[in-house]
Amino acid sequence: MEQHTKIDALEGKQELTITREFDLPVELLYKAYTEADLIEQWMGTKVIQLDHRNLGSYRFETSHNGNIMFRASGTIHKVVANEEIVRTFEMEDMPIGVQLEFLKFEKLTDHRSKLRIQIIYKSEKHRAEQLKLPFAYGLNMAHNKLQEILINLK
Amino acid sequence: MKLRRDVFQAIADPTRRTIITLVAMQALTPTAIAENFDYSRQTISKHIQILTECEILEQEHSGREIYYRLNPDGMKDIADFIEPFRKLWDDRFSKLESVMKNHLSNK
Repeated sequence: MEQHTKIDALEGKQELTITREFDLPVELLYKAYTEADLIEQWMGTKVIQLDHRNLGSYRFETSHNGNIMFRASGTIHKVVANEEIVRTFEMEDMPIGVQLEFLKFEKLTDHRSKLRIQIIYKSEKHRAEQLKLPFAYGLNMAHNKLQEILINLK
Repeated sequence: MKLRRDVFQAIADPTRRTIITLVAMQALTPTAIAENFDYSRQTISKHIQILTECEILEQEHSGREIYYRLNPDGMKDIADFIEPFRKLWDDRFSKLESVMKNHLSNK
């Protein structure tokens, strides 16, 4: 399958960019970031608080069987409707630290749009901490899957 | 001749994969790692040693304690280090796209 999402993480840098084109008008793409119930649906996390405005803030929380698995929050520095969001993001109890995010929303046609997220970390090491989380998780998942297949073959 | 250990050997074992996942979250002492298993401390030490030889884990000294953490440079050898991160965002954005298409048609 075609890869829609592109990640650029240059060696020796403390930033990365995530780029993706959407089959959505830019207004809808932007809206997905501004309303709590929509964020909950696509991020898969509970939105405890969202104050989407200049100098606003937000808090996310995910729990599983009553245990809190994930908590993140940040301040929203600047919003320009359908164009830009500048905010911070930090996951609690993680060695990644706070990151600065520049989200650029771009209209391609009336029905297509593009999102470019530039994320700046405290250092290259903090960026590596971020990248290795899904890596280790994915590694474990892949092997569990493999094990499942092998057990079924028996 | 002693065979050089490689990363594939390191991840072939389920206990070692669990150790990788544990230290990916935070740097841990050998004792803290061992607490997650029913195996003897020696068995876990052996696994830690193999992971260190493969440069998947690296040591960090803090006072008299030794902490083990994931070495991102060592992990690069296994496959594309960034791919799982990309996949995570790709899935998330695909979800966003379908949520917003539904949102539009429900209006």
